Amino acid sequence: MNRFFQSRWGIVSVGLAIGILASTLQKLGNPKNMGICVACFERDIAGSLGLHRASAVQYLRPEIMGFVFGAMIAALLFREYRARAGSAPVIRFMLGFFAMVGALVFLGCPWRALLRLAGGDGNAILALAGLACGVGIGVIFIKRGYNLGRSRKSSPMVGAVMPLIMLGLLLLLIIKPVLSTGAPFFSTEGPGSQHANYLVALGIAVVIGFIAQRTRFCTMGAIRDVILMRDFHLMSGVVALLAGAFVMNLIYGQAHWGFAGQPVAHTNQLLNFGGMLLAGLAFALAGGCPGRQLFLSGEGDGDAAIFVLGMIVGAGFAHNFGTAGTPYPNNPANWGWGPAAVLVGLVFCVVVGLTMRGEAPAKA
Amino acid sequence: MERLDCRGLSCPLPVVETRKYLEKLSSGGKLEVLVDTGTARDNVSRLAAREGCQVEVRETENEEFILTITRK
Repeated sequence: MNRFFQSRWGIVSVGLAIGILASTLQKLGNPKNMGICVACFERDIAGSLGLHRASAVQYLRPEIMGFVFGAMIAALLFREYRARAGSAPVIRFMLGFFAMVGALVFLGCPWRALLRLAGGDGNAILALAGLACGVGIGVIFIKRGYNLGRSRKSSPMVGAVMPLIMLGLLLLLIIKPVLSTGAPFFSTEGPGSQHANYLVALGIAVVIGFIAQRTRFCTMGAIRDVILMRDFHLMSGVVALLAGAFVMNLIYGQAHWGFAGQPVAHTNQLLNFGGMLLAGLAFALAGGCPGRQLFLSGEGDGDAAIFVLGMIVGAGFAHNFGTAGTPYPNNPANWGWGPAAVLVGLVFCVVVGLTMRGEAPAKA
Repeated sequence: MERLDCRGLSCPLPVVETRKYLEKLSSGGKLEVLVDTGTARDNVSRLAAREGCQVEVRETENEEFILTITRK
């Protein structure tokens, strides 16, 4: 079975399955063009915990939990679970933070950019172009010797922390405790109030986490490998995701072509491009797209877990400080602090790219 | 035979470093690459196969992998 997952057909099948399942989750109640958006769903979790108070985007998304559980099950079954950590954790935290800031300026991660395109949202084209440029800049740094240093084997507890956090969040979702503070918060209107049945969403996400761990599915890695090595292996999976979601959207009648009036989107192309430029660079420097970071954290990677926590904190910041995209950003008065936050993030990423040299891979 | 220690390096560095050495490897030459995750094992193996090399994978007692790459 491992040989199939490593093959071209394996990655294409997994991409197709993710596209079909994501589109199906939209049919079952998830927000439009947001069947699975790792950034949006981590932002919803941040909102539910009260890290931000944007009342329209607060829900404990079981898809995020399922990704970690599915990857952990696959890693344990195939003897790939390795508790490890120690590769520049604070840098990885800030890369996650700024990746989220950039993604929320666009209003989506690479997964959602693909799903938005598959749903007919033309604004995703500029976002994907920004993503590719950001990853391209990351590749330049990698070629120049950029390196966050080695991780090391660690205590099993290090690898268990993220799955345990996800278990805690799942219990909060199931129990829904009533506290005088109002937490956990659940949206009653807006995208946060739109969701599939939580058990169905959790089950689908566990399946995706499992097959994505086996195939190393990564949207950022797909672009990076094409630029760096002309290797189209991961890219074939990403194209399959796009195709799968596109066909299912046609079948479900969920595709609406155009730029204006798209769900949870805006038409400021400078911000769409710039937000994903930052996100792409941050993902490239951290070695994985947001989905991949969840799968890695499920297989024991404590550094990927730190990146995920950085993204969740970044979401809290983005909404508290008004840097996230708004539906009407074509008027510069509505731009808020988004462009400034993107610039600060780009400066941070470029300095990290230029200065982090880690430990050179030695001859043993 | 040269041996490259790529343990603990995150994606894509094991592949990038291995490629540098593979470019210098002449026909019949061998390179050993030490990695510690299934992802690095699979990615380095795929690179070597793409470069027309033969790959032999051996798992150590420490749950690490030694990849012996031979240029055909």
